[in-house]
Amino acid sequence: MSDHPITVTVNGVEYERQVEARKLLIHFVRDDLDLTGSHIGCDTGNCGACSMIVNGTLVKSCMMLAVQADGATVETVEGLADGEELTPLQKSFSEHHALQCGYCTPGMLMSATALLRENPSPSEDEIKKALQGNLCRCTGYWNIFEAVKAVAR
Amino acid sequence: MLLREVEYAKPASVADALGVLAQNDGARALAGGQTLINVMKARAASPDVLVDLNGLDELKGIELAGDGTLTIGAMTTYTELMASAEAKARPILGEVVSTIADVQVRNRGTIGGNVCASDPTNHLPPLMAAIGARFTIAGANGEREVGADEFFLGVYMTAVGVGELLTKITIPAGKHDGFAAVTLGVDGTCIANAAASLDGSLRIALGCVDAVPVVLEPASADEAAVREAVRGAALDPPSDVHATAEYRTHLAEVLAVRAARQAQER
Repeated sequence: MSDHPITVTVNGVEYERQVEARKLLIHFVRDDLDLTGSHIGCDTGNCGACSMIVNGTLVKSCMMLAVQADGATVETVEGLADGEELTPLQKSFSEHHALQCGYCTPGMLMSATALLRENPSPSEDEIKKALQGNLCRCTGYWNIFEAVKAVAR
Repeated sequence: MLLREVEYAKPASVADALGVLAQNDGARALAGGQTLINVMKARAASPDVLVDLNGLDELKGIELAGDGTLTIGAMTTYTELMASAEAKARPILGEVVSTIADVQVRNRGTIGGNVCASDPTNHLPPLMAAIGARFTIAGANGEREVGADEFFLGVYMTAVGVGELLTKITIPAGKHDGFAAVTLGVDGTCIANAAASLDGSLRIALGCVDAVPVVLEPASADEAAVREAVRGAALDPPSDVHATAEYRTHLAEVLAVRAARQAQER
């Protein structure tokens, strides 16, 4: 089985790597690039902890092959903050205590970031629908919704 | 590694894709991957070659003809369908796909992948059967077009054979459509579903109760006639952890009535 050369820009940094076709994007980002902010919660496409923004589109990176990201621009949770300066959404998560164990947080942030880019003034129902693909097993959804609502214009 | 070793091909055209698919019995088309990649993780499917259809513009896009006929490329995502002004010509399409899974899945999952999976719990097989969709299948010998009755052959089986691809779905004009489902959680997997379309006469397609959609043509659109048609179908659905056969049969009747009512009210 041959490796495939890919060039992927992740959080503004271009990486050239060889990948096996069977490698999932989440494993490429975590294991090959050592960007471990994106989590693996379920391996089955249900939990959304691995959510990333690929070419501007929110995806679950466990349901995409790394080789499919060749030429793509990928955004992960590590790319949100500007150095130590958190985004308003990240600050809001902190202020609203929108996490308990924190495992789902990277995915929640990416989904909420994608929502707010597309729709800066989401209704409560739109926020809930946008975060439908992200499970919080602490069941702490209430504060997550509050955090997103607080930065919605 | 979750997936077994697999080769990967990214063809530049539908013709190239057909060539790769024809060369290898173990080659499978990779559409949105929202089903196939998970099935591969579970090793319930282990293709030798994945033929990635992403990037084939020939398989994308939604066209609305003057007579109201919609032609939807097989690689059109649910999100693209929801956003399409053309697709609003048949409003039920956007409404139903907006209830499939979640944003991430809708961003990658495709209408062609959904129907080609022919999963009895999917939303689109009964919907396509009810609204009279036609499926264009391309192969080495050109294209052919089949209706839903010929397209859905069984669980995970369709008329798309080895070396072939579904390229587009053609949907006639219409708007008196309905869809109802009982799901596992909001926008979850269907336990039972029903689609209805009224165009002179009423056509109902039931999902989750057999390997392929069960199409019924009640004598009229009246509730009593719909109930009678479902009872007369002698359904024998599977039982599972979510619903017994008896409960699924009950749901099929209730959902058929709801879908028919929605179709009538438009």
